[in-house]
Amino acid sequence: MTALAWLIPAALLLAGLGLVAFLWALRSGQFDDLEGAAYRALEDEPPDDEIT
Amino acid sequence: MTAHPTELAKQQAPAAPETLVLAVDEMHCGACLRSVERAALRVPGVESARASLAAKRLAVTYDPKQAGEVDVIAALDRVGFSAAPIEAVQQDRGDARQKYLLRRVAVAGFAAMNIMLLSISVWSGEGGSMDPALVALFHWLSALIALPTVVYAGQPFFVSAFAALKGRRLNMDVPISLAIILATGMSLYQTMLNHEQVYFDAAVTLLFFLLVGRYLDETLRVRARGEAQNLLSLQSGIATVLDADGMQRKVAAHALRPGDRLLVGTGERVAADGVVREGKGQVDQSLITGETLPVGVKPGDQVYAGTLNLTQSLKIEVTAADKATLLAEIGRLMMAAEQGKARYRRLADRAAQIYAPAVHGLGLATFLGWLAFGAPWQTALTYAISVLIITCPCALALAVPAVQIAAASRLFKRGIMVKAPDGLERIAEVDMVVFDKTGTLTLGKPQLIDETAISDAELAAAASLAAASHHPYAKALVVAAERRLGAVQPASGIEETPGEGLKRKSGQGEERLGSAVWCGAGVEGSAGEESAGAEVWYRHGKDQPVRFRFADAIRPDAAETIAALKRQGYRIALLSGDRTGVVDETARATGIDDWHAELKPADKIAWLKARAKEGRKVLMAGDGLNDAPALAAAHASISPATAADISQRAADFVFQGAKLMPVVEAIKTGRRSRAMALQNFGVAAVYNAICVPLAMLGFVTPLIAAIVMSTSSILVTLNASRLAGEGRS
Repeated sequence: MTALAWLIPAALLLAGLGLVAFLWALRSGQFDDLEGAAYRALEDEPPDDEIT
Repeated sequence: MTAHPTELAKQQAPAAPETLVLAVDEMHCGACLRSVERAALRVPGVESARASLAAKRLAVTYDPKQAGEVDVIAALDRVGFSAAPIEAVQQDRGDARQKYLLRRVAVAGFAAMNIMLLSISVWSGEGGSMDPALVALFHWLSALIALPTVVYAGQPFFVSAFAALKGRRLNMDVPISLAIILATGMSLYQTMLNHEQVYFDAAVTLLFFLLVGRYLDETLRVRARGEAQNLLSLQSGIATVLDADGMQRKVAAHALRPGDRLLVGTGERVAADGVVREGKGQVDQSLITGETLPVGVKPGDQVYAGTLNLTQSLKIEVTAADKATLLAEIGRLMMAAEQGKARYRRLADRAAQIYAPAVHGLGLATFLGWLAFGAPWQTALTYAISVLIITCPCALALAVPAVQIAAASRLFKRGIMVKAPDGLERIAEVDMVVFDKTGTLTLGKPQLIDETAISDAELAAAASLAAASHHPYAKALVVAAERRLGAVQPASGIEETPGEGLKRKSGQGEERLGSAVWCGAGVEGSAGEESAGAEVWYRHGKDQPVRFRFADAIRPDAAETIAALKRQGYRIALLSGDRTGVVDETARATGIDDWHAELKPADKIAWLKARAKEGRKVLMAGDGLNDAPALAAAHASISPATAADISQRAADFVFQGAKLMPVVEAIKTGRRSRAMALQNFGVAAVYNAICVPLAMLGFVTPLIAAIVMSTSSILVTLNASRLAGEGRS
């Protein structure tokens, strides 16, 4: 039974991490342009914020 | 975002950056995306530029002291993209609503998984093998996860239900909200008393499924709405104005005034309605009239905003600009027509109208019944609430979206895209099909005809000249040559005289390709003014000139499709803006008896309205911009993928390929999916017929509730997925 004492928090923590990661990705705009992202990955040039 | 040092020096007192959102409709690929962003970033004062390929929009932040809207639009224009500003507020609202739902889907999904984990442990320990203290702990843990989840993720339903009740209406969200709130409230109460009736898992899983359905629905809707706004960018974003002293000046299209003189170069779109003052040539009016063959214009002729100048620079005097143009008028007609359609009541809402009162009535009857038999009020209330939980319309709410998603994926495999979520419901009710001519019954592209009269050598020689031109006939010539002879070798040393033709000097004399006059062919062979426009001549040295004739070919299976529709009992009509003679010919070739020619967009709407008054439900199939309002006004609508973008937006369905059969397929799938949705309602009804009496008698435990609720949802989803798999052979 003592196993439950850490198994349940561990399960909640792991799932919670997944949730936080998803919400972060959503907030940081990674779901804004699902089509364009596919092409951006093939760009040879550095991303915008490195171009001056 | 770091700015270049010299740029920084220029910004002595940097003002607050402003944000501009532009619709850039011609952005189709990764390369376009980069060139659009780069062009915008090169404008001095622009701090950041981020394009979205999915939305076809560009978001720019700029310093208003150094740059303006016009600078960015002009920069995009130089690299070949027309752009128009969008009101940023509208864009944000759609995006925000989507993210609002997606966040709640994620939270509900997380909670549902974890509560299930705890619930399954409790159920498998049922019968006393589990320590009661542990059961209580699991229930409290479930409550800890479920309560914040319901408060947060349930908002979309609570808000909508509250608004409906305030307006003295009932919608599907009323029973949903009530069931979720009651299930959670009662579970909490039972947890506190250490009892067994804990339904957190059912409540949160239900919430998760419902949110997924809601999110998918919203995604389809936001996309359709955003694309309609991009219509604006079809109007050329920037225009060249000639001042009285002959100076040229770039002006944003919406700042043009009647009386301005415009210079429209070859390959540019006309920015406003006007009259040609100088120049002669051909324009592509397909956007306005749906007519794909180029039209000749000369001084004194009317041209419209959005038409494409093909051959020679024109000087135009503006007669109407910005919101007064024909293009803007068509946009307004379309919006008005769409508002009429918004009144359509969806199947699920109609079901809710019957369902909600029935469920609430049964709950009340259970409560009163148990009281009448002398049960304490707490017991009576517990049973009444379990009736509400067990009848919670999980299967009912999934019945329609599950079918629609399956139907959409089935159609997608067959090259048909479903644009409007409720289009499938509307197309199922159709009893009449109305076609446009150009681009719908026909392919909408000029094709070489009478090919047998032309020898291989002549075709190859003409095509190698034509490869240098962008004129639609030249392109058609190259296509025909490639089909017959393989790859075409473009000739070198070609001179193009706009509006006349191409020529090339070679060892054996001069080669010419172009109008009859250009090739010195005279007019002996051509039959009058009309067909003279649809031909190109080729002459080599002093040889006899060769004539190439073009026509807009009818889709290969058009007659077959019309016949199939007639057999199935649909009435057919043909509405066209084209000339009577041409329409008559097409109608006869495809077997349509009821045809009307020379109609304007407003005439088409009037005709459709008259049919609607007769009680007919019309499916409109059309492609031109002139069809867009009619597409929006019809009961349901379908467009080929080659249609003007705006028509694709107004249409409920878009189909690809050269065949017309998808129209039949779309109607068939619409009818199948309606039958399927009704079957699903049947499944939900059977489920309720079994479970409601059990719940009313007080036999329902949390385990039974969880099992029957998920079984009915899975049944409904499986039934719907039959549609996607059907007829794959």
